[in-house]
Amino acid sequence: MNEYVTSLLGILLSALLTENFILVKFYGICPFMGVSKKIDTALGMGMAVTFVMAIASAACYAVDTLILQPLNLGYMQTVAFILVIASIVQVVEMFLKKTVPALYKALGIFLPLITTNCAVLGVALVNVQKGYDFLRSVVNGAAGGLGFTLAIVLFASVRERVNKADCPESFKGFPIALISAGLLALAFMGFSGLKIF
Amino acid sequence: MNFKKQFREGLLTKNPVTVQLLGMCSTLAITTSLFNGIGMGLSVTLILICSNVLISALRKVIPSQIRIAAYIVIIAGFVTVVDLALQAFLPDLSENLGVFIPLIVVNCIILGRAEAFASKNGVLASAVDGLCQGIGYTAALVVVCVIRELLGAGTFGGGILNGGEGIRVIPEGYPAMQLVMPVGGFLVLGFVIAGSQWLMRKLDNRKKDKEAAKQ
Repeated sequence: MNEYVTSLLGILLSALLTENFILVKFYGICPFMGVSKKIDTALGMGMAVTFVMAIASAACYAVDTLILQPLNLGYMQTVAFILVIASIVQVVEMFLKKTVPALYKALGIFLPLITTNCAVLGVALVNVQKGYDFLRSVVNGAAGGLGFTLAIVLFASVRERVNKADCPESFKGFPIALISAGLLALAFMGFSGLKIF
Repeated sequence: MNFKKQFREGLLTKNPVTVQLLGMCSTLAITTSLFNGIGMGLSVTLILICSNVLISALRKVIPSQIRIAAYIVIIAGFVTVVDLALQAFLPDLSENLGVFIPLIVVNCIILGRAEAFASKNGVLASAVDGLCQGIGYTAALVVVCVIRELLGAGTFGGGILNGGEGIRVIPEGYPAMQLVMPVGGFLVLGFVIAGSQWLMRKLDNRKKDKEAAKQ
């Protein structure tokens, strides 16, 4: 039992820092670049993605072990998972609209876009590839989402200042943002080799 | 139909990577050797052409309320075909690209072209559009790959030339390892996009100068 808990903590730590979904694994770069102009929206997006990733990990695990594996339909994984994710995002959208309209308004267009966030499909596929059980899948999904939130909030706060700085004409806008992200990734390289458990 | 204009748009003025900024994940993640870049580029091009053709052919049948879901299912089908084909015929490439092949499903280039072009234009025009955008994507990937591989590993054409080793340009021990690591992806792509912006501004200025000279 003790070993199991440490393995969960290991997954949590690696998804958060050493194998950060954005800065090391490159999942979900589009929203990372698109929704990082302000800290508030970045935080909202991060929370929504974390929520969807945790639920999607659980649902995709269930679909894979209960439907695809017994029927030998492993090759349908990609199609099945993307459908599951699209419907989860739709349900989350409707749920938020009814119960927490303030959050729904704040997230706006970003909610439906979570479907095409590679971090969500990526985590579902990686869970199956690594053979994680139910709890490990959910922990990996939630921790990956938290790692996404951490990276996007850090990046948004860097970018708010970079945007005000003076830089060469050709580098204005996107290139300088990519280079700041590169420096952030360089900082995260410092975590590689970090093994507590 | 204006093939030349579409080609120019795909390659430079509306390049999916450097101008439209789509499909960033794969551009950053797999561009560590020429082999990976060309393999990924061609896979995406093939899927883009197929999905553009099918979506364009079905554009009057698919109800607009559920079009996005329908597009995703069509794209996922083609991605699965390519994924299985690569596993069977090019296992090395399949292993290098890993989870990024199934992730082509959520590559914004393909859904973006489906929504912006294939859903409004005829079959042939959509096929040409897929080809041109795919070539633009491949070209951007290859440029990033060549720079990263050359400076990061010191070789050219890794995975293809010289029995898979690549031709060594910089002696061992000198290349900057960081460039093949995640950091390098961000930095090199940043410089490549800056370079393309610079080039386009130059071309624009030259055009304006010519027009000014005429008057």
